[in-house]
Amino acid sequence: MNRHLISAADLSRDDAVLILDTAAELASVADRPIKKLPTLRGRTVVNLFYEDSTRTRTSFEAAAKRLSADVINFSAKGSSVAKGESLKDTALTLEAMGSDAIVVRHPASGAPRRLADWTSGRVINAGDGTHEHPTQALLDAFTIRQRLVGPDQRGKGLDGIRVTIVGDVLHSRVARSNVLLLDTLGAEVTVVAPPTLMPWAIESWPCKASYDLDAELRKSDVMMMLRVQQERMSAAFFPTVREYRRRYGLGTGRMALLPEHAIVMHPGPMNRGVEIAAEVADSPRSTIVAQVANGVTVRMAVLYLMLGGAAEASS
Amino acid sequence: MCAMRPEPGHEPGDSAPGKDSGPGNLDQSDHPALGEQAWKAVLTPEEIRRALSRIAHEILERTHGGEGIVLLGIPTRGVYLARRLAARIGEFEGTPAPVGSLDVTLHRDDLRLRPARALQRTEVPPDGVDGKIVVLVDDVLFSGRTVRAALDALNDLGRPRSVQLAVLVDRGHRELPIRADYVGKNLPTAHREAVRVLLAESDGEDSVLLGERDQ
Repeated sequence: MNRHLISAADLSRDDAVLILDTAAELASVADRPIKKLPTLRGRTVVNLFYEDSTRTRTSFEAAAKRLSADVINFSAKGSSVAKGESLKDTALTLEAMGSDAIVVRHPASGAPRRLADWTSGRVINAGDGTHEHPTQALLDAFTIRQRLVGPDQRGKGLDGIRVTIVGDVLHSRVARSNVLLLDTLGAEVTVVAPPTLMPWAIESWPCKASYDLDAELRKSDVMMMLRVQQERMSAAFFPTVREYRRRYGLGTGRMALLPEHAIVMHPGPMNRGVEIAAEVADSPRSTIVAQVANGVTVRMAVLYLMLGGAAEASS
Repeated sequence: MCAMRPEPGHEPGDSAPGKDSGPGNLDQSDHPALGEQAWKAVLTPEEIRRALSRIAHEILERTHGGEGIVLLGIPTRGVYLARRLAARIGEFEGTPAPVGSLDVTLHRDDLRLRPARALQRTEVPPDGVDGKIVVLVDDVLFSGRTVRAALDALNDLGRPRSVQLAVLVDRGHRELPIRADYVGKNLPTAHREAVRVLLAESDGEDSVLLGERDQ
């Protein structure tokens, strides 16, 4: 494992499989009467969030607490950041308080990388701008492996599984991290987006690209629907929500064309009725709730592997 | 405080195959040329079989027929031993004992001395451990630290009526007030010596070997 987790590309296949295997073991903790392990006692994890987030922040907080780490939540609202403190000064302040790891979410792509230069602790990227969100990719990979590889999943990747990522790929850090990680794990990834929401230089990504969702349905084991991120769209990327839904939304009609075993994923929060119909989101094929639960176990695995061993582990 | 922290030649319960030179992770015994040092067999396959049969009988005796027992093996080799004991108990009594595994990695006291280790399986029989007589099973009892970690791990799973310990080899040098209830063989060793348990399930053969630590 690398010292920091900034990008899904930091993970080798062995690293990624180790995280998934560790998570598979840690999943049983959630079923126990005592949902707590002493492993990270005396370690401090800071959640440094410059962007709103419920899911990811609480997920990291639950993960750290289940491993007995101390958690400090720091959100930019109501902090010195509102008074103009820079990221560097905030990092140095947290460092002086003795944090062992900083979980950072920032609207600027690359902020966690900069932060890693200024702190001696570990840095975990919890989403930076439109760049990456590696723990989301890990929990998605974990969910896919759980559902499609089955009980004998230990040590295995996602070889040959066909994943289609649909929607606002341009603004999606989830898509970028997923493409990188799923490719590392051996899956065949196709991204589908309207031409306006397809990133430049998509041909340099380790995946196929298409503008036509209907052509991909029958050959997908996994449909991963992305949220239409209206808050990041300053220009008009598509004419109307209705037109987007008609061409790129997953409704019951399209779901019926998927293979029998195919699953439907969404990183949340959902825009029901835009990229995914309510009937699809609530169907047995949907793994949306499982993804949230798996988020905690996968983040426990990441925290354990990064903080659980010797302080200066092989970095 | 005594500053001595012996690095055990047998890492008790070490559960990361291939990551260190713990016992049984080496295939040198299969290829004597690889191991410079001489490994001496202290238990033959027949002796291991007899020791396990005796332990199975002792467990049945001590627990009055094995009512309410759960065998929990400590990975990796403790799990195989626990399964063998459960099978023996099944042969003797007609009903096999519930058997599972208990990974202690997350409760170890030496986590911070080494890089984070991969976790092994924890599988508890469906009836759980509450009110049961839990027999922990491991291959070698050395410092006692693995067993301490196992007791902590067990605590998180429930509240057994009592906890007992069965080991194939007790090599001495305890660092904690822990003793085994059932011992296959008491093996007096020096600190510099290493004990390796090989089992058919993981190593292709049954054997207990004694040799020198470090090369």
